[in-house]
Amino acid sequence: MSYMKTTLLGCTMLALSGTAWAQDDTTVIGVSIPAATHGWAGGMNFHAQETVERLEETYPQLDFVLTAASDAGAQVNDIEDMVATRGIDALVVLPFESDPLTPPIQSVAENGTWVTVVDRGLSQDGIEDLYVAGDNPGFGRVSGEYMVSQMPDGGDIVVLRGIPTTIDNERVEGFEQAIEGSGINIIDMEHGNWNRDDSFNVMQDFLQKHDQIDAVWASDDDMAVGVLAAIEAAGRDDIQFVLGGAGMKEMVKRVMDGDEMIPADVTYPPSMIATAIEMTAVGMVSNAPVSGTFTIGSVLITPENAEQFYYPDSPF
Amino acid sequence: MTSETTNTRARRSLPSMSVLGPILALLVLIAIGAMMNSNFLGAANITNVLARSAFIGIIAVGMTFVITAGGLDLSVGSMAAFIAGLMILVMNAALPSLGVGVPIILLGMAVAVVAGILAGLLNGFLITTVGIEAFIVTLGTMGIYRSLVTWLADGGTLSLDFGLRTFYRPVYFDGILGISWPIIVFALVVIIGEFLMSRARFGRHCAAIGSNEAVAHYSNVDVNRTRLLTYAMLGLFVGIATIMYVPRLGSASASTGLLWELEAIAAVIIGGTVLKGGFGRVWGTVIGVLILSLIDNILNLTDLVSPYLNGAIQGVIIILAVILQREAKAKG
Repeated sequence: MSYMKTTLLGCTMLALSGTAWAQDDTTVIGVSIPAATHGWAGGMNFHAQETVERLEETYPQLDFVLTAASDAGAQVNDIEDMVATRGIDALVVLPFESDPLTPPIQSVAENGTWVTVVDRGLSQDGIEDLYVAGDNPGFGRVSGEYMVSQMPDGGDIVVLRGIPTTIDNERVEGFEQAIEGSGINIIDMEHGNWNRDDSFNVMQDFLQKHDQIDAVWASDDDMAVGVLAAIEAAGRDDIQFVLGGAGMKEMVKRVMDGDEMIPADVTYPPSMIATAIEMTAVGMVSNAPVSGTFTIGSVLITPENAEQFYYPDSPF
Repeated sequence: MTSETTNTRARRSLPSMSVLGPILALLVLIAIGAMMNSNFLGAANITNVLARSAFIGIIAVGMTFVITAGGLDLSVGSMAAFIAGLMILVMNAALPSLGVGVPIILLGMAVAVVAGILAGLLNGFLITTVGIEAFIVTLGTMGIYRSLVTWLADGGTLSLDFGLRTFYRPVYFDGILGISWPIIVFALVVIIGEFLMSRARFGRHCAAIGSNEAVAHYSNVDVNRTRLLTYAMLGLFVGIATIMYVPRLGSASASTGLLWELEAIAAVIIGGTVLKGGFGRVWGTVIGVLILSLIDNILNLTDLVSPYLNGAIQGVIIILAVILQREAKAKG
């Protein structure tokens, strides 16, 4: 019995000293992202995992904690756990929603922890040290400009929107501004929720409702898949092309192969999480300044440049 | 026997409004749709609506039996996603050895049916033999299947090989005499379901168990076996629905079949089946399913309300449809 006790005590001591050592020499970076509930988030999870694995090998002094949350509440819990149990030195966070995540992230920042925010900005300025931003209005603008360039004489288009959120509103506003005065009319707009099945149903109904549709802004590659299936099933040939968005590998492939229905795509790269983790790691291990805002622009993918956006290994 | 007589008497004394309620709601919706858009009653739109109702419809028929027998299954949406993912993986894996052709499609279908029955049996086993609440068991399996499909897809999307998809595609889009396969299969499932529910001993046993388990037990009804069968049958129907689903877009992801369980349950209740069990109506479920998909269809075909409010309209109609029956019952 006493032998057991001694062993246990020894083990505890060892474990304790181990923890103490880890706290002294290792820098812990927490990464909190939304779970892989749709294609884009899946790609983002993939890139986050890959980057974490690669950086752990490159920098032995860095330790990463990666969590994926299924909703805003769960993400707050994840962040609280990271702070409480792992004593993180830096936090890389892609907020589920801006408003509910702002106060918890603020309190993390107030403790002196480095905070990198990705994609969605917080509702209050000046909390984060580094902001790696996606450009949603730009995404809409690039899409709209492409539509205008493809339809110089104007035309009737239908638009599929994502889940009703700020992101979706910013994109659609950017798009509407870009096509203003070009003679392109949005004859119908409905939410396809960034979902293949929903967009399939919506497109089927659009095809019933309108006899002539010149082009579709699906605004997302998952939705473009549903839209294409609906058009194919209806056997309609009035639609000249479908413009998706995000840069899903299957769609980039089609652009690369010169598919007439998918002549282009607009990026909103899920790999921006990799940029954020990488820059945070650099900031932790070196003297290189990484604070500020880093905007990742939305780029038009055409058959000419498609190859450099094609990642066959990524799930997205 | 007691419960059986009560049941027959209850059914006979039901006022006609409770039967008419869902039918009236459906007719009103059809009238509104026809007024709003001239294409609404066109063959193409009707085919679209019926074919897309088929997934939820086939599942809801199975759900009618589960609910009638006093159970509940929250896992069907996740189960459908998981089976779809499994089917795609197996078919893609078998492609090099089997090639594109009928055998590989049959293999995929067999996988779906077997996986569905097994998943249903697992739910049923945990509920009947282990004796855990149906709500908890299926809440658990709901999470399990949803995670499994996310894991299988590596967080992304599982896609059927392109050649295979082209070959399999007609199963959703083609049919006999212009009626597409999902509609035919849905109709067959409904006919079998209606027969089982109102003419066969199985349906009477389900109702008996749902209204009073102890009485059913003393009346020589094998409660556990019947319950287990309802879950296995629901699993089988989920498998069949998946067979129809996969050829449509040829893909499965974490967002496949999201909230199907709630749509199926809502359809069953709109149709007049009692949520706490004891009374079920398969034809009512069909009407419930049609009401739900028509609401979406009409909202897409018209610009009446902001798309932000689609969910609210749906909610109001679901509640109204049930109130209509309740009112009628109270008056009767």
